[in-house]
Amino acid sequence: MKPAPFDYRAPREVEEALHDLAAADSKVLAGGQSLIPLLNMRLAAPKRLVDINRITGLDTVAADREGVTIGALARHSAVLADPAVAAAQPLIGRALRLVAHPVIRNRGTVVGSLVHADPAAELPAVLAVLSGSVRLASAGGVREVPAAAFFAGPLESDLRPGELAVSARFPARPRRTGSAFHEVARRHGDYALAGVCAVVTLGDDLRVHLARTACVGVGPVPVVTDVTGPCADGDWAAAAAEIARAAEPEPDIHASAEYRTHLVRVLAERALREAAREAGQEGG
Amino acid sequence: MHEITLIVNGVARRAVVPARRLLSDCLRHDLGLTGTHVGCEHGVCGCCTVLLDGQPVRSCLTFAVTVDGRELTTVEGLAGPGGPSPVQRAFAECHALQCGFCTPGFLCTVTALLRENPAPTDAEVVEGISGNLCRCTGYQNIVKAVHRAAELSAEEG
Repeated sequence: MKPAPFDYRAPREVEEALHDLAAADSKVLAGGQSLIPLLNMRLAAPKRLVDINRITGLDTVAADREGVTIGALARHSAVLADPAVAAAQPLIGRALRLVAHPVIRNRGTVVGSLVHADPAAELPAVLAVLSGSVRLASAGGVREVPAAAFFAGPLESDLRPGELAVSARFPARPRRTGSAFHEVARRHGDYALAGVCAVVTLGDDLRVHLARTACVGVGPVPVVTDVTGPCADGDWAAAAAEIARAAEPEPDIHASAEYRTHLVRVLAERALREAAREAGQEGG
Repeated sequence: MHEITLIVNGVARRAVVPARRLLSDCLRHDLGLTGTHVGCEHGVCGCCTVLLDGQPVRSCLTFAVTVDGRELTTVEGLAGPGGPSPVQRAFAECHALQCGFCTPGFLCTVTALLRENPAPTDAEVVEGISGNLCRCTGYQNIVKAVHRAAELSAEEG
């Protein structure tokens, strides 16, 4: 249960980090709450670790009317405690309360969780349902990748060798919009058997104008479904059934695929109704 | 090898460690502070929880080199000059430990919890200790001890 040896770099500038990352088989160490267990169990053994914890300016959290930008070193706990984030996009905090335990949240980073791309994790689903993006820097330049293209498969993101995810962008809550995140886990803080986050926007006539969900734990990547049609007709059950049909759960020792599909249907209806209720209360 | 300095329980301690040395192993093997226990070594059990600049973290999910220069508090540093801390006394008084293996992690977690929230509700206590596993007590006495520690701390100002 000890990591294999690796070449350790602790750069103080982003440019220096990008230079260090250009070497083959390099891996970024930020919060380490997913990476270090993998190293301890020797499921991962990169040649080089680039520890970005000493780089100043990467832990910024900026929220404005347009959205929330979270830097690579912003810990879950700092983002959760930020009132500007809660005001601009409440779904982020709702998801963070479901991420592991408070002690893990003190070290783990939001951007690290996105890059880790665990299909059972909450934050990738939030980025996906909100159509956010991740900013990736390399020695060759910077590119902004939308969520739909970022999550490629289980534990696989679009991050290329030599790239550093410097920040993530979550769009702000538009007016008359509500959100909810519901999941079922065997113990609070565990990865969920299944979970659904929902975002519902009402039009000026207070009918559903937009309804989207993202499911966790039931596919290789967050499973995003647009259910504006059935929700506009007020048929929450039909919307939930459509979301459950889109899920591709795998059975494991914790739950069968059928049970996970059942959870998605129940949680989706609950999340959509709650999001719509909040949207109605939000007014302008 | 990397030469690092950690401020552990108020004392600057120097160690020469490979980059892969976990903070938990650095504390136990390099610095001889065996109060920090190591259970699962992948972040699940919470036994190895220590305070990093006052915040509880898993020392088995932290490399010693990453926290070079930072302040750490381990279970050995919780007691004051007058004896055990209110959290430690409450755990003894409420029978919140049996075998004691998980206790150092609980003590560090609860110390930070009460510093942030001096009068937590039952739900806040359960959420606060949810990342620490105990195989003996069934947790009820630990929850009682957290409330008792809050009382003791309030009485002593």
